[in-house]
Amino acid sequence: MAWVNAIIQGVLTGGLYALFACGLSLMFGVMKVVNLAHGDLAVVAGYIAIGVIAVTHVPVLWSFVIVVPIMALLGYVLQRTVIQTALDRSVLTTLLVTFGLSVVIENGLLQFFTANSRGIGANLALVTGAFTIGSQISIAYLLLLIFAVAVAVLLGLQYFLSRSKYGRLIRAVADDKEAAQLAGADYRHVFGIAAAVAFATVALGGIAFGMYSDLDPTTGTDTILLFAFAAVVIGGLGSLWGTLLGGIVLGVAQQIGAQINISDELLAGYIVFLIVLVLRPQGLISRGAQS
Amino acid sequence: MTASGMTGNGTVDGRPDSGTPLLDVRDLVVHHGQLMALDEISLRVFPGEVYAIIGANGAGKSTLLRTIAGLHHPTSGSILYDGKDVTELRPERRATQGIVMVPEGRRLFGSLSLEENLKVGATYARRGPWTIERVYEMFGWMRERRNQPTAQLSGGEQQAVAIGRALVANPRVLMLDELSLGLAPVVVQRIYGMLPQILGTGLTVLLVEQDVSQALRVASHIQCLLEGRTTLEGKPADVTADQVEAAYFGLAGATAASRPGEESEG
Repeated sequence: MAWVNAIIQGVLTGGLYALFACGLSLMFGVMKVVNLAHGDLAVVAGYIAIGVIAVTHVPVLWSFVIVVPIMALLGYVLQRTVIQTALDRSVLTTLLVTFGLSVVIENGLLQFFTANSRGIGANLALVTGAFTIGSQISIAYLLLLIFAVAVAVLLGLQYFLSRSKYGRLIRAVADDKEAAQLAGADYRHVFGIAAAVAFATVALGGIAFGMYSDLDPTTGTDTILLFAFAAVVIGGLGSLWGTLLGGIVLGVAQQIGAQINISDELLAGYIVFLIVLVLRPQGLISRGAQS
Repeated sequence: MTASGMTGNGTVDGRPDSGTPLLDVRDLVVHHGQLMALDEISLRVFPGEVYAIIGANGAGKSTLLRTIAGLHHPTSGSILYDGKDVTELRPERRATQGIVMVPEGRRLFGSLSLEENLKVGATYARRGPWTIERVYEMFGWMRERRNQPTAQLSGGEQQAVAIGRALVANPRVLMLDELSLGLAPVVVQRIYGMLPQILGTGLTVLLVEQDVSQALRVASHIQCLLEGRTTLEGKPADVTADQVEAAYFGLAGATAASRPGEESEG
């Protein structure tokens, strides 16, 4: 029964990891940008949520209504300025630039918010509550909610990419930037939209993590970025639903590792990550032949 | 609008001389790194023309079209479109103003369906006669297969989609880069057979073609490039096969028939 519980917990945490991963995957899939500041931006979103809740007294769960647009706007602006400038030089330059961004954000957060960790809505019944199945399995409401949000986000992304005008343009630009320009599309603007969408998901990931665990200035690179990477690679680069599968595989591996020995939780996740990388480098769900 | 536009003495070879050329390229010099790809190329395309650029591989034909589309930046020279200087305009702005190119190799969006490719083409379209519906009327087979990925289409079908994608933007100047490349002669015939229908909607066509006989058949005006320079130009009816051959391969004596520089100012 303990094993079943581990797997259930792992699957549910996979939703949280997918929330981290889908934005990373989207930015890589469209712009070929590996955003090393991805995790830090999630932490920024979490801190913004804490601030928004403190100042406006909106219910914790509704803070995303304010934080998501702020992050989306930040995504558009960052893409059109810093990231695009780097991209104009080379894709590799974006690695350096987003790494720099990550360092700046982390130290900025340390400067202004100290190294103390903070949670979001730590005293909410939703955050602390759980229901039990039998005697061994306990399911946290929050994890269930996060999983549902992750599925909703992926469904939303899929709908956006496949049905909307901008989704179509994003796919077209990802296929062939130049041909898209010949069709009258300003790919820089389209990149900005894609970054805005990616940052919106980052915002949700940051808030979710702040409720699930604690945020401190280093959480972004220590935890969120690494888990996002692992989920993306396990699931398959550029595959939307792959991020959920990757997140679930990572989550289950961690929980099973923890079941064997509590200190093996992270190790088990990374071992699975390495195994996938060696045996199936294209990920569990590979996206067609090339690209 | 401009001085040269007004003085356009196109009557020299019986071309329309009414007002401004739609496209007026002046002394275009383009480098690929150290290499000079175009050496002071000038050309004028008047409304309603089918203007064909011919020449061997590496003559600079595609570079010329890509520069007019805005994908290459010229070292010097200028491009006037409808009397306005567009030399500094970004490619997407040129497209939305009516200079639309069907690129060499078709360049369809591989992860999009046939119809989605057309929809992208129509996203920033100018107002005009062309709609996706009209493209479906012209290419009857498309409607049934509109949800297929374009990778499943044959080369000729892909080329038709690429043309459709450009048409739905409602261009004033449609630039066609090597339509015949990699296609069977029958297919090439069929695609060029569509030109009259396209021209009937008031378009002007500027095309690049390696297949000289095909170009001579459809064009109202031809210009032959060799190593980035103009070696011959005129109406297809006015040039002899020998002249074309000489201009194409750069044989001695080609200059007798050529009028390089005639189009430039002065």
